[in-house]
Amino acid sequence: MYKTASGEEIFVIDGHTHFWDGSPANQKNIHGKQFIDCFYAYHSGLSPKEEVWPKEKFEKYDAQTMYDDLFVRGYDDMAILQPTYLGDFYHNGFNTTERNYAMKKSHPDRFILNGAFDPRDGTKGLEHLHEQVEKYQIKGVKLYTAEWKGESKGYKLSDKDCYKFLEAAEKLGIKNIHVHKGPTIIPLNKDAFDVGDVDDVATSFQGLNFIVEHCGLPRLDDFCWIATQETNVFGGLAVALPFIHSRPGYFAHVISELLFWLGEDKLLYGSDYGIWTPKWIIDKFMAFELPDDVAKETGVSLNLQAKKKILGLNAARLYGIDIEAQKKKLWTGAVAEAA
Amino acid sequence: MDGTEQRVNKSEEVWRQLATVVDPELDESVTDMKFISRVDVDASDCVHIDFRLPTYWCAANFAFLMADDMRTALRTLPWVKDTNIVLGEHMYADKINHGVANGLSFQATFGDEADGNLDDVRRTFLVKAFQRRQEALIKHLMSNEASAEDISTLTMGELETHSAAANGEGQKLIVRYKERRAVVGPYSHETLAFVTTGGQPLEPGSLPGYMLALRRVRANAEFNGALCRGLLEARFDTTTPLVKKNGHVCHPRPVAVES
Repeated sequence: MYKTASGEEIFVIDGHTHFWDGSPANQKNIHGKQFIDCFYAYHSGLSPKEEVWPKEKFEKYDAQTMYDDLFVRGYDDMAILQPTYLGDFYHNGFNTTERNYAMKKSHPDRFILNGAFDPRDGTKGLEHLHEQVEKYQIKGVKLYTAEWKGESKGYKLSDKDCYKFLEAAEKLGIKNIHVHKGPTIIPLNKDAFDVGDVDDVATSFQGLNFIVEHCGLPRLDDFCWIATQETNVFGGLAVALPFIHSRPGYFAHVISELLFWLGEDKLLYGSDYGIWTPKWIIDKFMAFELPDDVAKETGVSLNLQAKKKILGLNAARLYGIDIEAQKKKLWTGAVAEAA
Repeated sequence: MDGTEQRVNKSEEVWRQLATVVDPELDESVTDMKFISRVDVDASDCVHIDFRLPTYWCAANFAFLMADDMRTALRTLPWVKDTNIVLGEHMYADKINHGVANGLSFQATFGDEADGNLDDVRRTFLVKAFQRRQEALIKHLMSNEASAEDISTLTMGELETHSAAANGEGQKLIVRYKERRAVVGPYSHETLAFVTTGGQPLEPGSLPGYMLALRRVRANAEFNGALCRGLLEARFDTTTPLVKKNGHVCHPRPVAVES
């Protein structure tokens, strides 16, 4: 919960969190090392100095640390756990549904558990999707299109096999498809970050919501254009948000473009924990005001109502969260905890 | 001039050439981006370049393009006998280094992992660079009292005249725009300065809407540039002096790594 200066209490749902193990013991090869190193560069490059963790803590943090960072020190009321398997880089996977499930089980009212699928896994993958629904009651899936798998260095949402999985997901009652576009799509002569496939599946699967993580960055321009035309495409703000500290001017431009093209109903806050932590991000976000020249250029406003939607109302709508019921469960509990 | 001095001058020429090579995605020079970590000219006039990128995962096609463009840029210097361009700490470093060292095409470098050349993707980003530079220039001119009507009727010749009278910032924007103007079609003095990516004239009435679309491209490019700088700095020491001036013999060619 975030409390404004005037005493208003804002319910916060973190749209993007991870409980990963990127430690050297779990790294299978150089790519596993480079993957967590790259995350660490995002973390250390964009966090305020006093928020930078030692490398060892970043590689593998425990459940209590995560809980405290999100819900005790941080303002999150609930958080969505998004898996990233990376079985070719890590012995036990980087951040699997199974690993996240342990977290969900310990704090069922705090976490929303998402699963994952990989269209290259064929029948086994479909079975795994069913299993995740039955065993873990996943509420959505997170897809990482740049994941390496054997000879393959990634896939497109518009691949025939991916259609099969999306059809299966829809039949199983999964509504929310989080998409993280990555850099190693084959063939290599095409743009590795192209977001055109989001357009394709959003049109074909009108009953699904596509939440594009990092707002399609580094293709924000193309993403905005697609999202303007598709009612079921949303933007996850992870990676864009931390710029609020290091480069607030660029953040202002990016958020004003997003508000202009997508609007305040289609943006979701995400800390991308453990890359960044909710406390400082939300403190800065709530204090942030669009500079006059930027607001004038686009005509948008980032007022309290817009902030409330971004921080929780939009995610609640997508995931069917009854905020008032959750407040009763969580806020009363938190008072009891503190007492 | 002694040998050391000559080599210093040659190094400077090399830096100047490298400055003309841009990261196609960011539309910024590889030297401004601090991608170059070593420039050496050895006694046999072989030029050794080491470069690195903001992440291990940076798009392989652009990494290849930059390495290949560096090679081409360096080979225009008449005294250059050979080039040895080495990309470090990248997922495709071995393949790219091998391909560039042997003058292989993109397709030959990547084999089955590519199904054509880079012309389309290169063009996509040249068009974005054109849009970004055009937006910056139009915005500048309009903040200096140019009307939508002026913008839509200005010719390249008039832009030239404008340049002579403009301040440093204005001149820079004009030079940068001219560098990309031909992306959307050949031009002469009489050609309209500002046209769409399809080469069509701009309608004064729809200029505000047109600028909105360009602004999106600019915001994305600026954000990416800042992100890449931040990631590079988090990953590498970008402040150490780079130019080593002791000459030595050419390195052997990187060993083939094709699987």
